[in-house]
Amino acid sequence: MLSLAQEDCHEHIIELENISFSYRDQQVISDLNFAAKERDFVGVIGSNGAGKTTLLRMIVGLLPVENGDIRLFGQSIRKFKDWERIGYVPQKNTFNPLFPATVREVVLSGLYNNKNLFRRVSKSQQRQCDDALEVMRIQEIANKRIGELSGGQQQRAFLARALINHPDLLILDEPTVGIDAETQAGFFELITHMHAHHHMTFLMVSHDMDMIEGYLGKTPKQKNGKIQFYVRHSHEIQNCEEQNLQHSLT
Amino acid sequence: MIVDILFSDFFGRALAGGVLIGITAPLIGIFLVLRRLSMIGDTLAHVTIAGVALGFLINLYPLAAGLVFAVLASFAIEKLRKAYKSYAELSIAIIMSGGVALASLFFTLGMGYNTDVMSYLFGSIYTLDSTDLMVVGGVTVVVIVVISLFFKEFFLLSFEEDAASVSGLPVRMLNMLLTVLTALVISTAIKIVGALLVSALLTIPVAISLLIARSFKSSVIFAVVISEIAVVIGLVIAGIWNLAPGATIVLLLIAMLILTMVGKRKFSS
Repeated sequence: MLSLAQEDCHEHIIELENISFSYRDQQVISDLNFAAKERDFVGVIGSNGAGKTTLLRMIVGLLPVENGDIRLFGQSIRKFKDWERIGYVPQKNTFNPLFPATVREVVLSGLYNNKNLFRRVSKSQQRQCDDALEVMRIQEIANKRIGELSGGQQQRAFLARALINHPDLLILDEPTVGIDAETQAGFFELITHMHAHHHMTFLMVSHDMDMIEGYLGKTPKQKNGKIQFYVRHSHEIQNCEEQNLQHSLT
Repeated sequence: MIVDILFSDFFGRALAGGVLIGITAPLIGIFLVLRRLSMIGDTLAHVTIAGVALGFLINLYPLAAGLVFAVLASFAIEKLRKAYKSYAELSIAIIMSGGVALASLFFTLGMGYNTDVMSYLFGSIYTLDSTDLMVVGGVTVVVIVVISLFFKEFFLLSFEEDAASVSGLPVRMLNMLLTVLTALVISTAIKIVGALLVSALLTIPVAISLLIARSFKSSVIFAVVISEIAVVIGLVIAGIWNLAPGATIVLLLIAMLILTMVGKRKFSS
């Protein structure tokens, strides 16, 4: 009764169904099942080689799903087209630091998707960019080259790019790698604030146990080096669950 | 005498062809350089020479034969790049050696036209005829239209290919489009600077603009302006002192690069 009421209240955002993946005859992921709902914060941990990056690349469509299925917003990834609903923050080292792009150009690129092909950047999109820069408090460095920024500023720029479309799902791949402890703490605070105040589901891949523990409030355990999921519902979700519980009892 | 040369028909055609290539080469070059594919220019130029040689052999318009060869080679490079993902440069080496092998095979089959082929190896902008000019003009229009239509998509593709995929952009189609445009530009540019120097026109203006530009948009504008300055001044210098035009343009570009590097170092110290 309770679970049915919960499903009515919160949409499933990510569902992994019997996911397996092999690379050159070596099983990397085997029979993985998981589901995350609206506004969940999901920490994905696992030792090196556990298949975290492989799983993430499958979820964002960079690797084909060969065995099992991934559903995003209830739709099989094989037919999924609404990529603008997903914000993606890659690992810090995936871009060329000498690339001649300003922070503004990078943030605006979050709007370049299959639905905006051929279209010029409009004034309202420029305003969206200004808003994203303001939320991340990086408007002063909007015209600086992305490669000239510190690691923390670059992460904020990539977060702004991921947020410009107001995504329903934000995926973060090892967001604190290569960033000093102080900047990590600031970034963590920012993520915490966003989870509490924005209507978004978070999926964060990290090998940083302390970070996951700090946010999820429980000690993660790694079982045989396999992928583990740790989920925290937002405060509002807990309220909703209480409402559902009351509703189901009456 | 000098004025006669500068106002002659052949010089006018050379200048028009040079100005057009001066736009398209850096426009494509910036995406190649930023995607670490600078050597693709050399590879396609060598394959184009094989096509040009075949064109002479079977009595076909050489630039058209070269263009077909370059486009086919660009498809082959894309295929090989996928097969050897971690060794992308391998595809370039394989296709380049294949192009040189085919070209030398066609050379030996048609000994009589070696001097004509030489004009494509080192460039012979003064021999541009009205058909060549129309082909160069057509390619310029295609390149400008496609780059304008997909400018923001090509930016994201070059900045972070994974992000472009996650955004749902048709990455495979965009990659193919860029490779075909590269083939078109190179096969037409070899008549201007020659196959051996074509990658200089694609990469050096971009190398200079990367030193001075802050944004992506300004990098593109700087690269085109620098390329035009080198082409126009290079052609005039070559015309006045009777020098090889392609070589003069390339050496001028290298001089501009050195000056920019020195100037930047002095300015920042």
